[in-house]
Amino acid sequence: MASPLSFPEEVLEHIFSYLTLPSDLNSASLVCKSWYSADRYSRRKAFIGNCYSLSPQGLVSRFPNLRSVEIKGKPHFADFNLVPEGWGGYFFPWVRTMSVAYPWLEEIRLKRMVVSDEALELIGRSFPNFRVLVLAFCDGFSTDGLAAIAANCRHLRELDLRESEVEDSSGHWISRFPDSFTSLVSLNISCIASEVNFPALERLVSRCPNLRSLHLNRAVPIEHLPNLLRRAPQLVDFGTGTCSSEVHPDIYSNLVRAFAGCRGLRNLCGFWDVIPAYLPAVYSVCFGLTTLNLSYSTIPSPDLANLINQCPNLQRLWVLDYIEDSGLEAVASTCKDLQELRVFPSAPFIPEANVQLTEQGLVHVSLGCKKLQSVLYFCRQFSNAALVTIAQNRPNLTRFRLCIIEPHTPDYLTREPLDMGFGAIVQHCRDLRRLSLSGLLTDRVFEYIGTYAKKLEMLSVAFAGHTDAGLHHILSGCDRLRKLEIRDSPFGDRALLTNAAKLETMRSLWMSSCSVSFGACKLLSRMMPRLNVEVIDENDDPCSRPDNCMVEKLYIYRSLAGPRFDMPGFVWTVNEENSTMRSSSALPS
Amino acid sequence: MMEGVVEKGFLDMEDTELRLGLGLPSAAEDPGKRILGNKRPLPSPESSDECESSKGSCSSLDAAQDDHESAPAPKAQIVGWPPIPSHRKNNLQPKKAEGDAAGIYVKVSVDGAPYLRKIDLKVYNGYGDLLTALENMFKLTIGQYSEREGYKGSDYSPTYEDKDGDWMLVGDVPWEMFIASCKRLRIMRGSEAQGLGSSP
Repeated sequence: MASPLSFPEEVLEHIFSYLTLPSDLNSASLVCKSWYSADRYSRRKAFIGNCYSLSPQGLVSRFPNLRSVEIKGKPHFADFNLVPEGWGGYFFPWVRTMSVAYPWLEEIRLKRMVVSDEALELIGRSFPNFRVLVLAFCDGFSTDGLAAIAANCRHLRELDLRESEVEDSSGHWISRFPDSFTSLVSLNISCIASEVNFPALERLVSRCPNLRSLHLNRAVPIEHLPNLLRRAPQLVDFGTGTCSSEVHPDIYSNLVRAFAGCRGLRNLCGFWDVIPAYLPAVYSVCFGLTTLNLSYSTIPSPDLANLINQCPNLQRLWVLDYIEDSGLEAVASTCKDLQELRVFPSAPFIPEANVQLTEQGLVHVSLGCKKLQSVLYFCRQFSNAALVTIAQNRPNLTRFRLCIIEPHTPDYLTREPLDMGFGAIVQHCRDLRRLSLSGLLTDRVFEYIGTYAKKLEMLSVAFAGHTDAGLHHILSGCDRLRKLEIRDSPFGDRALLTNAAKLETMRSLWMSSCSVSFGACKLLSRMMPRLNVEVIDENDDPCSRPDNCMVEKLYIYRSLAGPRFDMPGFVWTVNEENSTMRSSSALPS
Repeated sequence: MMEGVVEKGFLDMEDTELRLGLGLPSAAEDPGKRILGNKRPLPSPESSDECESSKGSCSSLDAAQDDHESAPAPKAQIVGWPPIPSHRKNNLQPKKAEGDAAGIYVKVSVDGAPYLRKIDLKVYNGYGDLLTALENMFKLTIGQYSEREGYKGSDYSPTYEDKDGDWMLVGDVPWEMFIASCKRLRIMRGSEAQGLGSSP
């Protein structure tokens, strides 16, 4: 009787093709050598959460037949200017290696990486079957690189540049899609600052019958929308350009008709500078909307509430705090399917509140929207009582990010720290995977987190805690922790060194403006050879200071590739001789 | 409410006692620990692109953060806080006109005085307040304002340079208009000053 282990490899590979989760495939690969081999050759997708955790050569030798690669580069705090320019995260070494190893590569998805025009040109030349390019929060390229993609990727389906920084050389890159090119399914150019050649865009939209998702950039005025929408009534996901010009009755009625023709529209975004008078033009599609992103629109609360009242099927809502507590009350009563709410601040840098948005808004939504799972909320005051109410009513929360704008803000009712409130969140929301803290917090909140947040994968800490006990609670208690980022909190050497082994189970740890000494970094590096301990210091050579001096910024991550070769002058690491080395970097392009 | 299994012994649990009150106490506890703050005055959020590192210890916070009830002073902005990515910052409420949120600082010169002073026009309630302050600052008397005759009863006349570059007599326009258009102040003395007082 043949044992299952003696199946021909093709059969194993076929069976493995039904396993979609990388974790399942990883487990399968550990069973025995033949399963390892079958998985190795049949793996089609790879996700690399930290581009420095392994080398491009390491990837291609482990998985020789990938079709789809997703890579993330800079640490999350790079979004807030905490990571200096030139830090790293270059895509070119990857595409150079993959251009040789993966001729059949179809998909590249990057986040927070530096992508050069040369890299984009190489994509265009190397992968005849290329289909999907997603560049999220990336930079380093211009419209010339995009022109190379447009001109060469004959089977391109997705070009999504969400939130990237693109240097604009010309809006004509879009004309580089050949007339024979018809395969586009998704196009997101919302981050491009300058005007794109609109007639070329219109023609492109007309000839791509499978176009489902189109996000225009701000430069497209509202007058162009009706014609565009008429050419793509099959759109499911649409982002407008600017909507600020005076309302002309003709344009308005054209707009109404055009939107009415898009029966399948489910997601709407854009609405830059939108004048409230335009909003009723989209009422015809509101009933079907599941995602509404108004986070770039400065519409005041009553108009917002009117719009949202038309959208009973919303699952995701992103807005500015102009929605105010009253608008969120409307959300709570109308949007019973709401799963995700994000409220962004309209004026975060002024000291006083410019809108009536308090903790009450979020409390209303937590009470009214029973499916609420994911929250990002910026506001100026909060209370433990409100947090407890939210926690008790929404134990199904999986992501909770609260940003009280002023650091160290206590419970505004009792003036106490918000330890108890966040403690309630982690105690009740047992499936919480992501948490961001703010407000006045002592070590106690970390005690709660370490005790209860057993499924927590990502934690963001700012201006919190008193002593190393705080950090120790997190590192010793949160079993599933993968990413930890901390700023301006008095955590230091003891907690870090005591929990050194934990760091190898995590993807990365970021600490800036904390109390970690240079000596501890060196010691940690010696203790844990499979960690890269990188000190970022733009002022000085940390070697020139005594070991007990604090480091400015610290980024620690596990790696199979050893210290990286592309460190800029302000990044320091410990080499084999245990003295610090600053890598003189020849930057890859 | 919380009965966590907390491992005692490693770190002193007294450290985790709840403290009421605001501000960061840790700097006082352990001199070996220093918090390197990144709090520096920045001209605008958009300019905080390059992360310039902190220049040393910053173990106490802005006074403004300790007392939320007091009138907010112009605050030093913290790098990267609140955590808003740049593509969102560019869409925010346009920065208020210079002088709205922060003070309106103008130079004040007095004829015959060796150096200039600088004052914040926002702190004054009106002309009376301003003139009293100037009198105290420079130890002189300015006299009473009258529309017809300017500042009679003293050698000094307060003048200001407006947005158009013209020198005007202080007091002619409403206070709000004055502080919006005043670029600098000059307290003129003697015969020059008298000339301004006469009607055109």
